[in-house]
Amino acid sequence: MKKDLETMLAGHPFCKDFKREQLRQLAGCAANARYETGRFLLRQGGGATRFFLIRRGLVRVELFMPGRGPVLIQTLGPGEALGWSWLVEPYRWAFSARAAEPTLALAFDGACLRRKLDRDSELGYRILKRFIAVLAARLDATRLQLMDIYGDRVPAA
Amino acid sequence: MATGSQPPEAHPLAPASYRVRARRRETRDTVTLELRAPGGAAAPSWRPGQFNMLGLPGVGEVPISISGGSQDGRLLQHTIRAVGPVTSALAGLRPGGRVGLRGPFGSAWPLEQAAGRDLLVLAGGLGLVPLRPVLRAVAARRRLYGRVSLLYGARAPQDILFRGELAAWRRAGVAVEVAVDRAQPSWRGRVGVVTDLLAGVAPEPGRTDAWICGPEIMMRFSVRELQRLGLDRGGMRLHLSLERNMKCAIGQCGHCQLGPFFICKDGPVFPYDRIAPWLAVEEL
Ligand SMILES: Cc1cc2nc3c(=O)[nH]c(=O)nc-3n(C[C@H](O)[C@H](O)[C@H](O)COP(=O)(O)OP(=O)(O)OC[C@H]3O[C@@H](n4cnc5c(N)ncnc54)[C@H](O)[C@@H]3O)c2cc1C
Repeated sequence: MKKDLETMLAGHPFCKDFKREQLRQLAGCAANARYETGRFLLRQGGGATRFFLIRRGLVRVELFMPGRGPVLIQTLGPGEALGWSWLVEPYRWAFSARAAEPTLALAFDGACLRRKLDRDSELGYRILKRFIAVLAARLDATRLQLMDIYGDRVPAA
Repeated sequence: MATGSQPPEAHPLAPASYRVRARRRETRDTVTLELRAPGGAAAPSWRPGQFNMLGLPGVGEVPISISGGSQDGRLLQHTIRAVGPVTSALAGLRPGGRVGLRGPFGSAWPLEQAAGRDLLVLAGGLGLVPLRPVLRAVAARRRLYGRVSLLYGARAPQDILFRGELAAWRRAGVAVEVAVDRAQPSWRGRVGVVTDLLAGVAPEPGRTDAWICGPEIMMRFSVRELQRLGLDRGGMRLHLSLERNMKCAIGQCGHCQLGPFFICKDGPVFPYDRIAPWLAVEEL
């Protein structure tokens, strides 16, 4: 079972180039998770105890606005990582995320992982570096979306 | 689609009078015109990625990519987004209307070079137009290629071009993924930028040809993401189509100069290596 998790982790882009021992450490805090369409992976305001590596399916990240209901911010698919609030105090989700189609993910126990990262600074550095890359890509993407690059003022390719 | 790259027979500065045979609305501001060559003759042969200069007397003339054609070579399709005076007048043409056409001009996507390899196509907005003939050609001869993926970014669901064809390409074995920048909660597809979709493809640099067309900023981000995935290490072959504005289309007026190149003549399709030094510069 643990072996399977390690294999799955090794095949996920987030863990590209991780050492065997590091994969084993990660697998120790991971579990397989499956979400049917419409089920929440995490909910705005709730305690951020986990993060997810998506293997299959599609997840909608939504922000609930009073009077407007859920606003669709972005979607995440296979090969992507979901959730970093488990790394940042006060460890609360700022958004909700739910499956837009049947979704398979590796779910990590944040507290378990934080303990390991505190103990093993090499692993901690790797993981943080990966999260920085995820955050940087997300920030770039958000900027591009805000720039409205396909909008009226930029006509053709 | 016709193949080969003979220059147009007429003088390159003299337009031929084409007639609009059909007009199809693609989105709120974009239409596809189907044009017939004068006297029902065959249109000059063209290759995917090339463009024509379309003009209307007293209004002006603009470069527009060739978005498709008929098997017999008699019809040409152009997909036009109304953004200013000339494109609005062109997009407003009705069946029976006439348009001046010079072309085809410019370089083409290196389809022959991609045979036997994986093909990764990234399109942003109207950038899908010059890639549509590529996808049609690939879908028709799917076995010639390895993995083929189209990653397409659009502004919103209602701006997605060629919806029916996207589905047809999917059926033909092309992995088609679409992401929009923004959408209502009722949208069931992906929201994000086109580079997000790369996570699901995991291209293999050593055996992939990647072709990109879209707003320059989208192309820059895409190149950066491909570099992060090992493009420069594994020998991934990358081409971009640069569609900066131009006037004469034959390398005379200098309007579209980029470093030592004329986009109209040396481009619009360039190997990334050749233009990389000039791409990064602001406000060229
Ligand atoms: C090789 C090539 C292929 C093209 N293919 C297509 C196509 O298939 N379909 C299509 O609709 N358009 C295409 N274009 C763009 C098209 O040529 C321009 O939209 C057109 O020239 C605008 O003319 P206009 O008189 O309608 O508007 P203008 O008043 O000239 O322009 C309106 C606004 O668009 C901006 N603009 C004009 N051209 C460009 C450009 N190339 N890139 C970014 N901004 C621009 C102007 O700065 C202005 O803000 C292509 C351009 C090139 C160079």
